[in-house]
Amino acid sequence: MKHATKKPLRSVGTRPVRPDGIDKVTGRALFSADFNLPDALHGAVLRSPFAHARILSIDTTRALALAGVKAVVTASDMPAIPDDKVMINAQPPDFRDMSANILAREKVLYEGHAIAAVAAKDAETANRALQLIDIEYEVLPHVIDVQQAMEPGAPLLHENLITKGINPAPVQASNIASRHEQVHGDVELGFAQADIILTEEFTTQPVHQGYIEPHACLARVASDGQTEIWCSSQGQFMVRAYCARLLDMPLSQIRVMPLEIGGGFGGKTTVYLEPLAVLLSRKSGLPVKMQMSRADVFRATGPAPGSYISMKIGARKDGTLVAAQGILCYQAGAFAGSPVRLGCMTAFAPYDIANVKLIGYDIVVNRPKSAAYRAPGAPMASFAAESLIDMLAQRLDMDPIDLRIRNAAREGTRTAYGPSFKEIGYLETLEAARAHPHYAAPLGKNQGRGVASGFWFNIGGQSSAALTLNEDGTVMVATGNPDIGGSRASMALMAAEVLQIDVSQVRPQIVDTSSIAYSDLTGGSRVTFAVGMAVIQAASDMVVKLQERAATLWDVSVEHVRWQDGCAVTDVEGREERLSLAALAAQTAKTGGPIAAHVSLNAQGAGPGFGTHICDVEVDPDTGRVTVLRYTAVQDVGKAVHPSYVEGQLQGGAAQGIGWALNEAYMYDENGAQLNPGFLDYRVPVASDLPMIDTVLVEVPNPRHPFGVRGVGEVPIIPPLGAVANAVSRASGVRHVDLPMSPPAVLKAIQRAARRRR
Amino acid sequence: MKQHICTHINGEAAEFLCDPGDTLLQVLRDNLQLTGTKEGCGSGDCGACSVMLDDRLVCSCLVLAVEAQHHQIGTVEGLATGDRLHPLQQAFLDHAALQCGICTPGFLVAAKALLDHNPSPTESEVRFWIAGNLCRCTGYDKIVRAILAAAENMRDSHAGAQS
Repeated sequence: MKHATKKPLRSVGTRPVRPDGIDKVTGRALFSADFNLPDALHGAVLRSPFAHARILSIDTTRALALAGVKAVVTASDMPAIPDDKVMINAQPPDFRDMSANILAREKVLYEGHAIAAVAAKDAETANRALQLIDIEYEVLPHVIDVQQAMEPGAPLLHENLITKGINPAPVQASNIASRHEQVHGDVELGFAQADIILTEEFTTQPVHQGYIEPHACLARVASDGQTEIWCSSQGQFMVRAYCARLLDMPLSQIRVMPLEIGGGFGGKTTVYLEPLAVLLSRKSGLPVKMQMSRADVFRATGPAPGSYISMKIGARKDGTLVAAQGILCYQAGAFAGSPVRLGCMTAFAPYDIANVKLIGYDIVVNRPKSAAYRAPGAPMASFAAESLIDMLAQRLDMDPIDLRIRNAAREGTRTAYGPSFKEIGYLETLEAARAHPHYAAPLGKNQGRGVASGFWFNIGGQSSAALTLNEDGTVMVATGNPDIGGSRASMALMAAEVLQIDVSQVRPQIVDTSSIAYSDLTGGSRVTFAVGMAVIQAASDMVVKLQERAATLWDVSVEHVRWQDGCAVTDVEGREERLSLAALAAQTAKTGGPIAAHVSLNAQGAGPGFGTHICDVEVDPDTGRVTVLRYTAVQDVGKAVHPSYVEGQLQGGAAQGIGWALNEAYMYDENGAQLNPGFLDYRVPVASDLPMIDTVLVEVPNPRHPFGVRGVGEVPIIPPLGAVANAVSRASGVRHVDLPMSPPAVLKAIQRAARRRR
Repeated sequence: MKQHICTHINGEAAEFLCDPGDTLLQVLRDNLQLTGTKEGCGSGDCGACSVMLDDRLVCSCLVLAVEAQHHQIGTVEGLATGDRLHPLQQAFLDHAALQCGICTPGFLVAAKALLDHNPSPTESEVRFWIAGNLCRCTGYDKIVRAILAAAENMRDSHAGAQS
């Protein structure tokens, strides 16, 4: 790929109505629960009432005997995963854990852990059958809190879990699944150079992705084993691969049809119901539809991990950061695999600090297995780092943006996690934030302003796109990645740009696993960048073919044909001849047959993303209630392909981060059962909680993408935790280090500080 | 025993059989295949299943299907007139007020209920009216703008029709 184009763009950067828009405002779009087959059975899941228990026996006889029950499955129906099939290329996920998460084997590890599944003629029969499954449990002591789980003598979730990443390996099993160490420079030397050292401890709670669409799927298995799955997910190829691995089936036997996805945010990058529906359909010989309730979603699908973080930074009097050090403990949930390593990598990535040492611990606890949630691992680590930087600004009486500018990573800065940055736009976001009218607006009594920044790597990955020219000159763009927030529009715009045609002439489609080559799942802010690259390449290939076809029709050499305004153009005796896309499409029989271009690639060169957010709050000193008064999100987006949907990513990420900072938390009773598995008590931000969220799209092009695109979806959830906490701390005069900053917590912190002052 | 219910859905006479415990949401989606009304929670907390019961905005997951007897039900499928979108639907498209789109039908039905009784809402009134509809994608900014824009359009065309 060449350097970012300098040509004026005609489609990229415009704001057309999205191609799937009409379907979504009229109720026509089919989401996962909207797809039905007339003979489908109803599938239901039996879930553990205990946080931690050994399963002594399961007897399904009475359930199977109930009239209308067609199949029952338990863990004994799930193939054991042999040692060489636990991972693919030694990369997570761990399929043995995934299998045990989908149906508990010897033990249940959290309240809501699935134990058995039933297919019956209707929901009522299925639910009655669940009550007829007889299970003997031996209830075990449980542990919910991450720090308690690390104590010697804590109840062990996995009796054979030996901490990875410690040399020599410990002899005793523990709940510490792994230790990750990241060292850059020499922190002891760094802190010795520091005039100021600030140390603090931070805690954050697990938060759910909170997609409004609960998981649902429908599976149909034919007697020859051919399997069809209709579901919404962040990757139809992911669903196919995971089901095949878990159920020991060849990929060619499974076809996954992607339905519209009603939000994912990382939480739909794994499977829960799909393998169960396949097993039940195989056993019953009928299609099986399964849907989670909202309580199931809360109790059994992945939240982002909670965390305990102890961190310190050292700086010179002029504000230059010289060292940072910390311990990050993340709750993986019931199985290992929290993104603590990503937390270590991202925490100080926005800054040029010579000496950084971070140690991450991945801890298992009796909670649902955590799953990816937008910039996995980064927001909590960033909350700690950005709080300390704000404390430093206060100590030095320095403007918090100026302090960040002084230390900002730039092109050439060696990151604490290894590589050096190429072209990045962090400084530009800081300067845009400082220049924004929001930053100069006056504040009233009990009000405060917080600033924080965030970094995400962004990724590329394996991606496929297929373009076909229809007989009338319109163009189909097929890709294998679910459209989670407007990516169809981006794909259409990029194809239109290359073909130099109106975007209305391009129809994007998300197709099933049998209709296009493999694509990695939708996540990591990769689709517009990486799948877009495949679309652009395929469109470029199509232009070449069109020029060749035109050359054939004109009987000229192809070098004399150029592509302009959606037409092949040549000069004949000083006169311009043109063949439109429609004209070329109509004559394919004469020029060699239909015209299509399929590109599969492994996209490299994703440009890192940086954002800086400004948040104003008012804190009610009598109740501790925090009101967000004004919010501005600034981000380097490379190039906004459809600016409205880029703004939407910033606004949505900011709102989720504000919820993380102020409201959202899981509550458990003394038995380890979740007390708030519903939207009434697990309170995500509602419209009346928020102001308008202003956005500034800074465009520092990514030179490794033809239009300069960077991923945008992850970054905006990172800064809000720090920005809100810094605003609340400045408004209340007390540093807040524990999330969420709910009214009782804020009030308690204010009262404690007042008592200290007396 | 199944109940026989006669009702009107989006202005058309409709009848269905249901169990006494079935919710209106279940019947709309499963019996009548009107899947535009979504289930997000089943407990009245998310608003994805918002429909009109006569002139009342309700969560159809909290209404029994038998309560529809001899009443008027309005769903997202009834908002457009033929191929002409309702101004709210058009405004949601023009303002990019949806990302994944699962909450959109509920927001549209709720917003129409607001504008039907308050054609000139303030931003604050819009925010409090739709506080019962959850959206996890947009941060509400573009939804609020779309509703305010649709209200203005509808006022203008109303004024235009009168002058």
